[in-house]
Amino acid sequence: MGLEIAFWVLTIVAVAAALAVVSLHNIFRASLALIMCFLAVAGLFVTLSADFLAAIQVLIYVGAVAVLIILAIMLTREVQRGSFSNRLNVPVLLSTILFLGVAVFAVMATSWPVVTLPLLEATTTALGSELFGEGGFILPVEIAALLLLAAIIGAITLVREE
Amino acid sequence: MTAAGTISQASALASDWPGNFWLHLLVFALIILAFVILTVIILIWLERRLLGRIQVRPGPNRAGPFGLLQPIADVVKILTKEDTVPGWGDRLVFWLAPLVAFVPVLLVFAVVPFWNGALLADLNIGILYVLAVSSVASVGIFMTGWASGNKYSLIGAMRDIAQLISYEIPMMLSLAAVVLVAGSLSLNEIVAAQDVPYILLQPMGFTIFFIAALAEANRTPFDLVEADSEIVAGFNIEYSGMKFAILYLMEYSEVVFIAAIATSLFLGGWRGPFLPPFLWFVIKMFAVFFVLIWIRGTLPRLRIDQVMAFAWKFLLPLALINLVVTGAQVVFWPQAPYWSLVPINVTLLAALLLLWARFFRLGGSRVGI
Repeated sequence: MGLEIAFWVLTIVAVAAALAVVSLHNIFRASLALIMCFLAVAGLFVTLSADFLAAIQVLIYVGAVAVLIILAIMLTREVQRGSFSNRLNVPVLLSTILFLGVAVFAVMATSWPVVTLPLLEATTTALGSELFGEGGFILPVEIAALLLLAAIIGAITLVREE
Repeated sequence: MTAAGTISQASALASDWPGNFWLHLLVFALIILAFVILTVIILIWLERRLLGRIQVRPGPNRAGPFGLLQPIADVVKILTKEDTVPGWGDRLVFWLAPLVAFVPVLLVFAVVPFWNGALLADLNIGILYVLAVSSVASVGIFMTGWASGNKYSLIGAMRDIAQLISYEIPMMLSLAAVVLVAGSLSLNEIVAAQDVPYILLQPMGFTIFFIAALAEANRTPFDLVEADSEIVAGFNIEYSGMKFAILYLMEYSEVVFIAAIATSLFLGGWRGPFLPPFLWFVIKMFAVFFVLIWIRGTLPRLRIDQVMAFAWKFLLPLALINLVVTGAQVVFWPQAPYWSLVPINVTLLAALLLLWARFFRLGGSRVGI
């Protein structure tokens, strides 16, 4: 009961915030709506007992990604006028509805495998041993880390003056 | 870990202490609110008196004995001021900003253990929750900076972002070392695991955490966000009345928050002999306050390029080394006795600090932001 109320509140907030992101003209307010959306998604993770994922969602998406977006906006001129509208409104709306329909159909039509294991008390231990333990995903983790390092070094090299 | 288990089970307060879940939530929400506001009021008084003492002047001493009623007089003064809103700013965001800044700081206290088991929610992701929620507070500061429609506010907010992103990394790395030693992310478990306060076992971790926390809470010498001599008062320049009071409360709650986290993670939290646990927690917190005020009375403000270079060239490498050394100690020497680990780690801290201080150079003469 409580979980259902939480789910519906969070879902409505997330969808409303996501709509605000694309429909608001003021980019700064749109980015604030994006933060709201991220927080609501983190709340959904909490209702699914994925507490670690929720904390990481807030830490990475609100604390880092959204903050960088705001930093970029603050360095932009004429934010108040916002993004210019063009004649693609109707085609975009139609293709969005089409995509939404396909996605909803795909989700509803798939018979998802259901796991009946008991909930983990502490998810962090299991995640840690799965990611870094023997027979886990240590190689993909290392590759991802290397990829990110390469991206950072690449970004620094690109913006150097000399 | 075994010792931690015995302590946390022996005398722990039940997780739904006064009887049921909702009552527990209500009681602890009220306790946290009262605790934070009361501590902030005492802290403001203490800071002004101690700064006065350091600068050889009396400080506030008219309202009540020793000026104790000064914070109350200030609150009354602030609340009776006119509440102005700049016409050229973003009104809605201007209204929301103080709340968005203040609420996350208050939320952090949900996982701070006042004594064994006495906390709102003993999350098993404790430290991650603290880091995640406290990072939301900066969004409120950007909102104030943006919505004021004032260039000084905007510069203050930009400085805050730059500082926050830079100092969050060494802070997280130093906390990761603590988690490695304690073997848990929950703050209560970490306190229970501290047979020796981690300030001794993790001297480098504490140094890095403390400096980074100073920067995150915008305290001297990192108070560039509100550098009065450069950008008037930074992000809160356009605020007055109740909204200014909330921003002021937010700044000092952040100080209470870093003191509470430093106490729980490095100073042994509620643990101590003779006195009741809650009193130990408060005493340790006020010891941290004293050091913070002492630093404010002693050190001048840094330049923005110095602040940035210090985070990336000084703290980050040291934090990485600390993490590797701690990991090696935990893996290869898990049964190490404290009398051997403590001197080794303190010597390592001194050696690395001296070494890094010799090599630390500010790049060029260019000054950004």
